[in-house]
Amino acid sequence: MTSADEAHDRGPMSQLAPVAANSRSRLREGWIGFLTVVRREVQRVLRIWPQTLLPPVITTSLYFVIFGPVLGDRIGEMEGFSYLQYVTPGLIMMAVLTNSYQNVVSSLFGAKFQSHIEEMLVSPMSAHAILLGYAVGGVFRGVAIGAIVAGVSVVFVDLPIAHPLWTILVAVLTSIAFAFGGFINAMVARNFDDVSIVPTFVLTPLTMLGGVFYSVELLSEPWRSVSYANPILYMVNAFRHSLLGSSDLPISVAGGVLALFIVGFYTVAICMLRRGVGIRS
Amino acid sequence: MSDSLPPPALRIRGLRKTYKSGVEALRGIDLTVAQGDFFGLLGPNGAGKSTTIGVVTSLVNRSAGDIEVFGIDAGRDLEGAKRLIGVVPQELNLNQFEQPLQIVAQQAGYYGIPWGEARERAGECLRWMGLWDKRAAMTRSLSGGMKRRLMIARALVHGPRLLILDEPTAGVDIEIRRATWALLEEINAAGTTIILTTHYLEEAEALCRRIAIIDDGVIVQDTDTRSLLAQLTTETFVLDPRDPLERAPDLEGYEARLREDGSFEVDLARTSSVNELFAALDAAGVRVRSMRNKANRLEELFLRLVESKEEAGASAQHDGVAS
Repeated sequence: MTSADEAHDRGPMSQLAPVAANSRSRLREGWIGFLTVVRREVQRVLRIWPQTLLPPVITTSLYFVIFGPVLGDRIGEMEGFSYLQYVTPGLIMMAVLTNSYQNVVSSLFGAKFQSHIEEMLVSPMSAHAILLGYAVGGVFRGVAIGAIVAGVSVVFVDLPIAHPLWTILVAVLTSIAFAFGGFINAMVARNFDDVSIVPTFVLTPLTMLGGVFYSVELLSEPWRSVSYANPILYMVNAFRHSLLGSSDLPISVAGGVLALFIVGFYTVAICMLRRGVGIRS
Repeated sequence: MSDSLPPPALRIRGLRKTYKSGVEALRGIDLTVAQGDFFGLLGPNGAGKSTTIGVVTSLVNRSAGDIEVFGIDAGRDLEGAKRLIGVVPQELNLNQFEQPLQIVAQQAGYYGIPWGEARERAGECLRWMGLWDKRAAMTRSLSGGMKRRLMIARALVHGPRLLILDEPTAGVDIEIRRATWALLEEINAAGTTIILTTHYLEEAEALCRRIAIIDDGVIVQDTDTRSLLAQLTTETFVLDPRDPLERAPDLEGYEARLREDGSFEVDLARTSSVNELFAALDAAGVRVRSMRNKANRLEELFLRLVESKEEAGASAQHDGVAS
């Protein structure tokens, strides 16, 4: 289409009314900005579902096959549950936390890389609205995948839900903590390598060593004590307690660790966003 | 200034920016842009144009200085100031995987406009820019000119009173450039103050009513376009003779210089007329087939200003060494 052709569908130029600016409308303005980011992030997850929703489901299904019919029967029971029942909460939690993290880090870094993060930076949106908008996007993906994986697990194992509300709460809180973590990672990342370093070299090892596949009680000292320094151990055990009603650690401690991480990551992320770390020169 | 006078669209005082690398990009910028103006900020690459725009739009942290947008102090109420500004950056910064309608409506959402109204405004802006038919296309499939217009649509969706464009026609062909000029004139005529940075001086001359020239982080000239052009004392014309010349013609009152392509050029004082030049050509028996300006007038002035500043700097440095 040429410029002349395009001119045909151009209406007359007039000035659109400027947005209102009193203090009451600012709260509403912030809320609408937040909802806009949430809508965009959720649409992104759904638009690229073969990248965001499908792979974790396939990977986790493979775990179910391996730890169910293939290896599970040979390992035997753990804390009174079949091995597959025992590892299922950990597998769900692993999917929740890695995907919450991955969603925010890839979306925000993508926005930095293509520079369209500037759309938000030039607008009057507050740092809180931006951060929370991204975090809700991460929670949506994490919890959605957690639900799908839980659904798939029913095919392989009889999964009890001892405390349904705790189950949802722990999944959502863990997802929030790791979404904030992903946000911090994306802020400091300068290239694609920086985006994958933390998930590969920090998140995956901590998850694998976080009691997903074994009870921490099986470890000898000093490894048992070392494991207590792993925050993911608390999150996995809190989720196991919610589903199976059994855990290596008290739920209150796990809740405290989660709260600490949420507050800590949120504070760091907000400070970085306000200072413009990695996004403003 | 009287209280009854409206505040300027933009007032910058003592703006400084030093990057972490130690590079001093802005060294005390003072600038005032009146409401409704079409203002040009000119300067060579690396002069500080984009940094100035970046600081005003909060994409770059300032080191010192004050910024007011329509009387709102950006230091005290940054969100209030941002609400009045629309910005079109130099580099394409669109999400290539989203659709134009989605991009523009989202931008309205960031400014607190509810989703239904945001989509209506986005549609209106896309129609203005001739992009309505492309509203559902993937942005990466749009041509370069369409992406530029999409960025303008995105900047206009919240009804900004001040539109800032950083090199909006850089790297686009002449047809798109002319179409963009017409669009900007229309936007300005509708009441939006426009600040434009460019290194196409003919663009500034054609569009801007007021021009500031920035070089090495300082404003070296800030005046209306007509006054700026009035500073030119001579204009150089290139003349194409009907018959080939072996040497530059002797013209009474003028110095002619032969060019490699067989044409010749003559400097004409602004106080004299072209008729006088043609009289001299007739007297010398030179028949001319065509005539044109050697270069853009503003370009000449721009180079002179920048060069004179450099000479002054070198002289001061020399004096400093000597003393």
